Amino acid sequence: MILDSKIPEGPIAEKWDKHKFDVKLVNPANKRKYDIIVVGTGLAGASAAATFGELGYNVKAFCFQDSPRRAHSIAAQGGINAAKNYQNDGDSVFRLFYDTVKGGDYRSREANVYRLAQVSVNIIDQCVAQGVPFARDYGGLLANRSFGGAQVSRTFYARGQTGQQLLLGAYSALNRQIAYGKVKMYPRTEMLDLVMVDGKARGIVVRNLITGAIESHSAHAVVLATGGYGNVFFLSTNAMGSNATAAWRAYKKGALFANPCFTQIHPTCIPVSGGYQSKLTLMSESLRNDGRVWVPKTVEMAQRLRKGEIKVADIAEADRDYYLERKYPAFGNLVPRDVASRNAKLVCDEGRGVGASGLAVYLDFADAIKRDGQAAIAAKYGNLFEMYEKITDENPYERPMRIYPAVHYTMGGLWVDYNLMTTIPGLYAAGECNFSDHGANRLGASALMQGLADGYFVLPYTIGDYLARMPYEKVSTDHPAFKEAEQAVLAKNNLLLSINGTRTVDDFHKELGLIMWEHCGMARNEEGLKLAKQEIRRLRDEFWRDVKVTGVNEELNQTLERANRVADFFELGELMVDDALNRRESCGGHFREESQTPENEALRDDENYAYVAAWEFTGVGNEPILHREELEFENVKLTQRSYK
Amino acid sequence: MDLTLKVWRQKNREAAGQMVTYPVKGISPDMSFLEMLDVLNEDLIVRGEEPIAFDHDCREGICGMCSLFINGRPHGPERGTTTCQLHMRHFNYGDTITIEPWRAAAFPVHKDLIVDRSAFDRIQQAGGFISVNTGGVPDANEIPIPKTIADKAFDAATCIQCGACVAACKNSSAILFVSAKVSQLALLPQGKTERKTRVENMVAQMDLEGFGSCSNTGACAVECPVGISMENIDMLRREYIGAKATSENL
Repeated sequence: MILDSKIPEGPIAEKWDKHKFDVKLVNPANKRKYDIIVVGTGLAGASAAATFGELGYNVKAFCFQDSPRRAHSIAAQGGINAAKNYQNDGDSVFRLFYDTVKGGDYRSREANVYRLAQVSVNIIDQCVAQGVPFARDYGGLLANRSFGGAQVSRTFYARGQTGQQLLLGAYSALNRQIAYGKVKMYPRTEMLDLVMVDGKARGIVVRNLITGAIESHSAHAVVLATGGYGNVFFLSTNAMGSNATAAWRAYKKGALFANPCFTQIHPTCIPVSGGYQSKLTLMSESLRNDGRVWVPKTVEMAQRLRKGEIKVADIAEADRDYYLERKYPAFGNLVPRDVASRNAKLVCDEGRGVGASGLAVYLDFADAIKRDGQAAIAAKYGNLFEMYEKITDENPYERPMRIYPAVHYTMGGLWVDYNLMTTIPGLYAAGECNFSDHGANRLGASALMQGLADGYFVLPYTIGDYLARMPYEKVSTDHPAFKEAEQAVLAKNNLLLSINGTRTVDDFHKELGLIMWEHCGMARNEEGLKLAKQEIRRLRDEFWRDVKVTGVNEELNQTLERANRVADFFELGELMVDDALNRRESCGGHFREESQTPENEALRDDENYAYVAAWEFTGVGNEPILHREELEFENVKLTQRSYK
Repeated sequence: MDLTLKVWRQKNREAAGQMVTYPVKGISPDMSFLEMLDVLNEDLIVRGEEPIAFDHDCREGICGMCSLFINGRPHGPERGTTTCQLHMRHFNYGDTITIEPWRAAAFPVHKDLIVDRSAFDRIQQAGGFISVNTGGVPDANEIPIPKTIADKAFDAATCIQCGACVAACKNSSAILFVSAKVSQLALLPQGKTERKTRVENMVAQMDLEGFGSCSNTGACAVECPVGISMENIDMLRREYIGAKATSENL
């Protein structure tokens, strides 16, 4: 298989405009003859489904939640980037492009990233027109703040709930199309298989989560906008329902899965507190605009602090190590996420961590409160401070927050070309579920940008090009391919229900998560990864022998829903380990201990690994086949990343 | 801590439900309420019993998916808190806790503690949006919005659509929820062109869904986990009366 990225010819700044002109158009009167399925209704899915509806296509949209407005995009806190340069601080499309490519440690595709920076400008206009209440200054104009990895203020925000407000904008656009009858919405419905006819994606098989009915839906094209797979680690900042099933089952039907081991570890999460914990909560990166990160200078002092012999306030200024400001004076506390995470791990590994477990560092607002007053800090971050207090029972206005890195966003995903089409014709992947824009590390405030860019401004153009080339004929869901897929889905559900073993789904999931975190998390090495591969295989066999799934398929059954997702996480976990083993270099959030600079920074190997690793499925338990898309950097020179 | 839970169990929409008592042991005060239910469910599954079905997703207090009527209050005893952000430290050793689904005719029970809140989606589909197509919009800074207006619109926009207001109301009214969306869009210059039809259509749909009338008791605002204010209800009333008097619904 040859990976054709279909990057248009010409200078980078002209590629997208040229491509938009070159793509084939569907006549407005013919658009109603085409059906599109959109799976997932977060920022990417809702914006895509709404825009397809506006254009005149017939859209069916699916989500497993009870309403599209619950998608996990809702939880994004800090902001969305756009190269508007409203602050006149030197921002530009090229600078956003440059920061993103560099921030991703040179493992993303230049052409896609440039397009993302270009359309970022339109996203803000679109959202404002929809009534998204972004923060404004007293003159009535939009306000901005800074995020990690950038030296300009280009992040637009809506207090600490930017994701919610942007999603509500997309959801309202979707609602409008539902009201017009152009979009038919299927909530509480989960995709369990992709259906292919004549080598093309022509539909999906779903389970109605209320009745358990296994149903088929046919279309001319299928868009997956199903988010990331961070829940493979069990503990992560993802919503409990976030899963990889739709994307994974597309992989098993032939879509390649790219860079699966690229997991972003977010530096500012509330630390783990007990074995019963179900998830981790993130504290927005924007807090690092005003919060200063530190640990005690000495191990001895950190020990006394952990034992409760001294309190935070007892540690004199001179005995505090503001390690990010010390090591990275140019970016300080606003270094990118991978750098901040790795340095937190380093100081904790040295024994200088704080909190009962020693796996935490301080994020301290004392200076900012002294400088600006508590009211000003509360206005900027109030809801985040409240959230922290609710979870930890500590008042962050009085004592510093304790934070530790946690699994957050996955940069890997289904391989897509410039049109966001996977290697299966007619199957598209948008937002977090594709691999294309963030390289080995995602800069803050970029996920929302990519979701909306793909949904509002990329797919609506590129999908037309595909549809314009295909006949209108619809494939009936009576087609044998649909019946076969329905049978397979039902058989799998019945198998899960029949095992009747002794261990719960969550029990297995937690054990898998620990293996992944230990060996394929913030730092990895050859030996650990090889061990992890064995362990995952052992545990997966045990799962299929000993899992206990109660109830039946034909009714609302949350245990069965989870069992299907965890079954897929077992297979995906192994692929993540395979990918991590193959990539004998450090880049972004992927830190191979064998590959580091003398200063413990990630050491890339551009000679051998400047490629996208796209994996082809060959059967469960078989070794997948690696396909390489060589990355070319014509506009951003490959250099060692430095934030000093 | 050891607790006694009294939980509403109901197989499906048609079946009759009943309260079932479950003792739970060894609960840490740092657990969230939902984690406490996770612990119980794990135990039920191992014993071969059906776990309790309940809605939840982000567990960060923002998606609005979690519900639960706890000891007679939506989202439990703490003010300004969703169930997923309610921690067991707010309960005492030996407590008996009653857990029920939202109770409202417009929110039928799917199973156990899960209710159908799709009426909220339909109310928004009736007009809770600004009619603008993707592309071809003006520059975002072309229409300045005074900070006070932007902040007020934002306050209304923070509604997480959980339905606690309906559950708290003795008439099961959805007016706080509807008023939040109406206020947000009525305040913003971008939403003004459809201002009258929006409020008329949304209120009509609200009535059609079977929600009751406003009881004027204010329980909705007291129990709202994100602090949506009753000022929005005042605004909705002004908007509605104004729209009806000069209707553009032709």
